[in-house]
Amino acid sequence: MIEVKLEEPWWQNLRARPRPKALRVIRGEKELGLVPQEEVRLSVERLSAYYGQARAVNNVSLAIRARMSTAIIGPSGCGKSTLLRSLNRMHEVVRGARVEGKVLLDGKDLYAPSMDAVKVRRRIGMVFQRANPFPSRSIFENVAVGPRLDGMRDRKALEQSVERSLRMAALWDEVKDQLHQPATRLSGGQQQRLCIARAIAIEPEVLLMDEPCSALDPISTARIEALIEELKKTYTILIVTHNLQQAARASDFTAFMYLGELVEFDTTVRIFERPTQKMTEDYITGRYG
Amino acid sequence: MSAETSLRDHRRKILDRTSVFGMALCTALTVFVLLVILGYVIYRGASYISWGFLTSLPTPVGEGGGGIANALVGSLLVVAVASMMAIPIGVGAAIYLSEFQSGWLGRSVRFLADVLIGVPSIVVGLFAYALVVQPMKDFSAFSGSVAYAFIMIPIILITTQEALRLVPTSLREAALALGTPRWRMILSIVLPTARRALLTGLLLAVARALGEAAPMLFTAFGNPFWNTNLAKPMATVPLVIYRYAVAPYDDWHNQAWAAAFVLILVVLVVNVLTRLAFRSRVDD
Repeated sequence: MIEVKLEEPWWQNLRARPRPKALRVIRGEKELGLVPQEEVRLSVERLSAYYGQARAVNNVSLAIRARMSTAIIGPSGCGKSTLLRSLNRMHEVVRGARVEGKVLLDGKDLYAPSMDAVKVRRRIGMVFQRANPFPSRSIFENVAVGPRLDGMRDRKALEQSVERSLRMAALWDEVKDQLHQPATRLSGGQQQRLCIARAIAIEPEVLLMDEPCSALDPISTARIEALIEELKKTYTILIVTHNLQQAARASDFTAFMYLGELVEFDTTVRIFERPTQKMTEDYITGRYG
Repeated sequence: MSAETSLRDHRRKILDRTSVFGMALCTALTVFVLLVILGYVIYRGASYISWGFLTSLPTPVGEGGGGIANALVGSLLVVAVASMMAIPIGVGAAIYLSEFQSGWLGRSVRFLADVLIGVPSIVVGLFAYALVVQPMKDFSAFSGSVAYAFIMIPIILITTQEALRLVPTSLREAALALGTPRWRMILSIVLPTARRALLTGLLLAVARALGEAAPMLFTAFGNPFWNTNLAKPMATVPLVIYRYAVAPYDDWHNQAWAAAFVLILVVLVVNVLTRLAFRSRVDD
């Protein structure tokens, strides 16, 4: 006889994780919970984002805690990438795109007229879905782009900065002997870690990751997830993902979006164990999306 | 019924075969004409080529010897000066249009450039004559460069725009997301990434200018003597071919063929360089 044993749902083992103590959660107009203000690094207030006439993000409010990772999940086209791109003012790069509402980084509105988008992007780094190293540059020069922009000219200082970033991105040991080779020689997973190294070389305060593993194999994915775990000791991390397991594994908080709206935002454990919204439950149990 | 169907099938097959055969014939004719031109130029010109032909000045009719050294240097000079004018303008305009003005202005200028490419080169020469030669009251190599620049600018504009379009959006976004100012993104990321396609376009424009005779007729004008002064008339290879070919002397006809051979060779070299650059871009 073969014994058939029903496996526990994969998110059950999340219970073992420590739960964050408090959190300010806003949904629509209502405030659902509270975190001390100093714990909030990035605060999104009634943000709407448009492409021409089409509204991709509708009135979303979120409070992102410092040195934690927050996942944004939801079906394709729900506006999660657009929301992410609105946070470092990359949304406005697209023709005809605009944003309404506020994004406060340490209490200061990134969309205030006095704010320079270029400076905002130096404080909030970004990693894209597809690894996009600069093909005309070497591994070293890819990482050195940020420090050079900061005016770093001294060779020694540059070398130190590049090494530090590559070590943080867990890539140093693999590339230390080929720093001056073209970045395109690396594998897909290595290229993505190179992009992470390049993003943290500018020493941002927040790191945005737009489906960083969707083009990677499981081993590279596991590496990057371990990296996220490591990086959040230093940085505040937001990660957009299609992969629910990844959200469960690699985030402390999870926001679920649907059709441009924020449906639910809570600790990852609560979102996956007992979501308050029917829609969230349907999505995480795979009924749609 | 079935007989009728098979008849129709039969006619269709015949039609199919004839049309394919017709197109093959057209292709063969095209290739044949090209090969005949090339072959005839080599046949008439190659035998006359010598080191002396490339390094000596023209001689009076009947004296024998004589070469196109001044025209070769003249062609290179006129095209070099034209490139110095056309490349910054063409590349600069292309960058502006594709990076900052992708809307109606970009499309209109692109349309204008397409029209300009089609303008007969003799008209461009006439324009350069009115613009430079008349005010300066003398033919000059510089006016020839101006004419060439007018021919080169639309080509450079269009090929540069195409080259910039090949740079993926993801790279621009990567640069911007690092907090790179836009101008710096263009200079340090977009242009280096597109450099091979850019170079291809520039070489094409240079090759096109090298072979044009018509705009030189009333600008650079030609000169049987050694001259490197841009303000004076200067010999260029296409001009030498034209002048020698219409003259009634057998010796000059031979020299015209030889000069044509040299010109084809130079253009060929430029073309091969272009292809090599293009191939290594694909290899990346």
